[in-house]
Amino acid sequence: MDFKTFVFYLLATVMVLAALRVITVRNPVHAALFLVLTFFNAGGIWLLLQAEFLAITLVMVYVGAVMVLFLFVVMMLDINVDRLREGFWSYLPVGAVVGVIMLAEMVLVLSGPYFGLDAMPEPPAAQAGYSNTRELGRVLYTDYVYPFELASLVLLVAMVAAVALTLRKRAGSRYLDPARQIAVKRADRIELLSMPAEKE
Amino acid sequence: MEAFLEPIASLFGAAWPAVWTLAKIVAIIAPLMICVAYLTYAERKVIGYMQVRIGPNRVGPLGLLQPIADGVKLLLKEVLVPSATSKGLFIIGPILAIAPSLAAWAVVPFWDGGVLANVDAGLLFLLAITSLEVYGVIIAGWASNSKYPFLGTLRAAAQMVSYELAMGFALVCVLMISASLNLTEIVRAQGQGQFADMGLGFLSWNWLPLFPMFVVFLISGIAETNRAPFDVVEGESEIVAGHMVEYSGMTFALFFLAEYANMWLVSIMTAILFLGGWLSPVGFIPDGFHWLAVKTSLVVLVFLWARATFPRFRYDHIMRLGWKVFLPLTLFWVLVVAVWIMSPLSIWN
Repeated sequence: MDFKTFVFYLLATVMVLAALRVITVRNPVHAALFLVLTFFNAGGIWLLLQAEFLAITLVMVYVGAVMVLFLFVVMMLDINVDRLREGFWSYLPVGAVVGVIMLAEMVLVLSGPYFGLDAMPEPPAAQAGYSNTRELGRVLYTDYVYPFELASLVLLVAMVAAVALTLRKRAGSRYLDPARQIAVKRADRIELLSMPAEKE
Repeated sequence: MEAFLEPIASLFGAAWPAVWTLAKIVAIIAPLMICVAYLTYAERKVIGYMQVRIGPNRVGPLGLLQPIADGVKLLLKEVLVPSATSKGLFIIGPILAIAPSLAAWAVVPFWDGGVLANVDAGLLFLLAITSLEVYGVIIAGWASNSKYPFLGTLRAAAQMVSYELAMGFALVCVLMISASLNLTEIVRAQGQGQFADMGLGFLSWNWLPLFPMFVVFLISGIAETNRAPFDVVEGESEIVAGHMVEYSGMTFALFFLAEYANMWLVSIMTAILFLGGWLSPVGFIPDGFHWLAVKTSLVVLVFLWARATFPRFRYDHIMRLGWKVFLPLTLFWVLVVAVWIMSPLSIWN
């Protein structure tokens, strides 16, 4: 077993174990942190595939931004684990059906002709000066420019929808305009008066 | 150099690449740690002079042994773990705070070719690693199971995510005009241009054509490292010391080291991306590591200067600056630079 294989198995083992802990651990904050570990190891495996742009972007977007906001929310929830477990047995059949369907679909796709060592021969080694990022950018903005723009449009719609859903104006809330606050000069607040000294 | 190392290399055999890399890591981290220690001394001295005080002058000549004494003191203190904390995470927090701020130095080029890992996507790596720094703060604040650390954590998470966006877009401008994500290439690209040919290299560095981005990057860097005037995360008059309240001894020292290591990192990034890295400002003096050291030290001085000058921002003003001023400005400037590169007026061809 050469060094690369060893690294792959190390990353894969940690990743699978962490993914398992995400759904088995009781505390939601611990679960979110295990998900962070899973993403990080997935990034490592992508690095082994020489997809450094995708790997680093995965870490930057999911670990650096998405999971931070996720933790931000989860930390503030006061989750009662016992109450969450109450309906476990009544939900189990529905959950089991969904799980079996997903498993069946994955088996169908992954065991099909598109995957496997024969279907995906090892790509030739990259020549010197080959830049993963440049190639990805070229493909993304030439061959796939319309799907790419469409995807960004979907994201934009989702962003606008998220803002629209959460934007609420409470009646009677007070608001200070920061621009006006910053624009305040000394003369607006302080007036210097000259007056004669008073005797008691 | 290679021939000189040959006998040592044969001694280690197959383990030599690992040993050699470890030696290089030590050669980067050890001076960095000394710089971090003496930055605390420099900060107290500089701010002291700016406020017409003397600063530390008791331990050793001119107080030069003060950082050593502080370090020994923190090492010898007991590490307290309060009973209501989440034990494992309480210890992992400070480790996660310092690990990214050291790991990021792997891709920093100190001189032409003087880099531990010459990664093609170096800039992206730096962004990804620095975005992990927030986890130390988040985990520490949550694991402390205490009110002030938790408030500090919420502030930190919001602030660091907000300023990362502005920082990221400022870097997008840099990589657009350098046409590379490799930090060595970015510095080399700054050494070319009309002014560089005339011997006035400092006018062809990125700070001039990207001046607004340079300012945004510097300010975002101060906000990203939670330094004054953006230090609401540990605003001692409001929430004592934020995420560090429950920490003592070496666990506290790790947060401290991480903060100062981050200051050096942001400064050296500013020097590399906008101030020409190891390049000499004028043609008749040779390039070299000393230029990078001088530039980085000057940027660090700006950090200290800002701390001595400005009062702490109010939290809503910080958020407003990040989201309503910097983000639109950087987005607009990305567009401007894109048009500029494609227009006949482009200076980067």
